[in-house]
Formats: sequence, structure tokens, C-alpha cells
Amino acid sequence: MSGLKDAGHLFRFAGLFVIAFLIFLLVRGYIVPKTFGQYGHYRAAAIGEIAARPVKFAGHETCETCHSDIAGAKTKGKHAQVNCEACHGALAVHAADPTSLTPVKPDTAILCARCHTASAAKPKTFPQVDPADHSGGAPCQTCHNPHNPAFEAGPAAAAAAGGGK
Amino acid sequence: MNITRRHLLILLPAAAVAWKYVEAGTPEDAPNYRMSEHWWSMLIDIPKCIGCGNCVRACQTENDVPDGFFRTWVERYRVSDWHMTTPEVISPDGGKEGFPVAKEEAGKYFFVPKLCNHCADSPCTQVCPVGATFISPDGVVLVDQTYCLGCAYCVQACPYGCRYLHPTKRVADKCTLCYHRITKGLTTACCEACPTGARKLADLKNPNDPIHEFLKTHAVQVLKPQMATGAKVFYNGLDGSMR
Repeated sequence: MSGLKDAGHLFRFAGLFVIAFLIFLLVRGYIVPKTFGQYGHYRAAAIGEIAARPVKFAGHETCETCHSDIAGAKTKGKHAQVNCEACHGALAVHAADPTSLTPVKPDTAILCARCHTASAAKPKTFPQVDPADHSGGAPCQTCHNPHNPAFEAGPAAAAAAGGGK
Repeated sequence: MNITRRHLLILLPAAAVAWKYVEAGTPEDAPNYRMSEHWWSMLIDIPKCIGCGNCVRACQTENDVPDGFFRTWVERYRVSDWHMTTPEVISPDGGKEGFPVAKEEAGKYFFVPKLCNHCADSPCTQVCPVGATFISPDGVVLVDQTYCLGCAYCVQACPYGCRYLHPTKRVADKCTLCYHRITKGLTTACCEACPTGARKLADLKNPNDPIHEFLKTHAVQVLKPQMATGAKVFYNGLDGSMR
């Protein structure tokens, strides 16, 4: 053992390394979030946090649970695939508590023109009109029911199908 | 029960691993949603897009996107005759309020909605120095905004320009593919608001998803395939001039 007699300083130095390593592990344990590395090099809990954010668009299935009359009118027309909130805006607040928010009826002169204003850039198969030329400034729902817009359906049919609601 | 030292030595590490997961808790708040059962993507049908800007407005409403920044935006291309490599591209305010009426009939026009491609081998997640951005087990590229330093490496790394630094939070922000919606069984806000069905959320792991039939029967492309990013936003009717 006489050979190790002069090696004491080496053991002390090694001891310092071991202590430093333990402190590193301790500090790391506190700093690194608990779920870090569960799925990969990131904090797994972030996935749940992002998923927990509130929804603003309720989705057409939710709308249709109450407004089945409108949903029925829509299925017969060309707007069957246009979802409620595409025109009426985000209404999850209304869906959660109908009395809390009464949705404002969109102005058809602006709303319809957004999609149907004629432009050479739009697909040729998409129905387009020059609003000023087409109706002379009259609001679109004078002749068309936005929920079933075919002109043949007519204004009377438009009102019956719930266009004015 | 008779536990020998041998058994104890086998049990201890197993208990340690189990305890780690007990401590971690469950990261999924949606009880009926299993991440392992989904692999999200989106299908964009260019011939159906009319450039109304509904998707851009819906995205801004749903995700509180600040003015002048975009998680999704729409570009209008105009390719005159054969000038494939020099298309005229406009995107006024991201196409949020639609596009000016095009009177010029000559040339080919089309609208291109853009968003994060949710790449399977995404360059943006690879460069993050702190692990604040990542691909979730269901294939959505997300940002952990509590962990992000705001160094903007990822903003530079994205070849599609889909990321930005949030002007007030000072962290990276981007399309989450409406992760808070799709985990609840809803579609994304942009798909919900699209009046023509030009955008469709798709789940590649769901064998009943119409995406599979669509991919089989259509000539579908992704943006910048040469970058090998594994982009999962599929474009139908993609023109050669598109970048």
C-alpha cells in the first residue's frame, strides 16, 4: 500500500469530481421539466397545453344540432358544402350559450361579393357576377336565399326555406 | 411473499421507470384522443380555390394571429403564356380581404393557399437549440412557447416561410394545424371556413379517410420536394411555376 501513500491528492481530486457530478445531476433534475424527453427532445406536456386552448369556431355539426331547419334547406342547394361559420363567423360562444350572443346577420351585399365577384383569376366553373351590373345595388337576398341560392327557387321559396331568418 | 435480492434488483429499475411516467402525468387532455392513431396532413385542391380569404380570416380569429403576420395565407399566381419561371405573384395582406379583380384575361391565374407543411423531416425542428419546437407523435409541428427563446433559427430554417416571431410574445409562432381543434374531433378553422372545400384536413393513419382514394386517383405534389422535408400538405393541380 506504500505506493498509494503519495496518491492522496489524486483521490481528493477525484472526490471533487464526484461531488461536482452529483451537484450537476441535482441541478439538472430541478431545471429540466419532468416531461422533457418522454416522446423526444422536447417537453411532452406542451402537447397537452396546446391541445387545451379554447375553440372559437364551433363546427357545423354543432350548429346543426339546433338549426336543423337551415341544415335541411342547405342540403338541397349549391351551398350544401359551405359550412355555417364560413359566412356567419366564429360562433363557439353562441353554441356554448345561445343567449349570451346573438349572431349578427351578415350583409349579403358584402358577404356574397367576397366569393362571387367576377374576376378573371377565379376558376371558370365558379359562378361569378359583377355585383353592380347584376343587381343594380339591390341586396342579394332580394332574389336569392343564401342557404339555397338557386334563382329558380325564387324569393318566395327563399323566405319559406328560412333565408330571412 | 419471498423477495430475494435477485428479484429486488430486477424490480427496482422497473419501478424507477414506472415512477418516471407517474411523475410525468398524461400530456393529453382530450380523453378520447390517442396520438398514436393519427398522422395529420392537409389536402389543398388548387382548382377549387377562389381566393376569398376566408381561411386567412378564420385562422386569425381562431388563433389570435397578430395583424401583418400569417399562419396561413393565399397567393395569386399569374403565368403569362410560357414564362413558367417568372410568374407574377401577389398576396395583398396575405389575401385576408380577397384579391383585386383581375381584368386581364391573358395568361393563367390560380390561387395557392399556403400554411405550415407539417414536414415529417422538418428542418425547423432540427435547428432548435433548446427543444422548443418538435413534431408531435401524431405528425404536427408545434412550438412550446413557454420554452422558446425567440432566437428565430427556425424562422430562417423553414424553406416555406411559414414561421414568424410573435411581435409581443417574442417567441416563434406558426400554424398548429389547429391542434386544439383536431384533438377534439373538429376540423381546422381554415377548413371549416373554406366555402369551396379547397382545403381538407386529412388523417393519413385513418384507413377510411378519403385522402387515400384522392391520392390514388389524382396527380398530387408537395412544395419543394427536392428539399426532402417530408412535407404533408398535398397540392392537387400544382402548376410547374409554383414555388
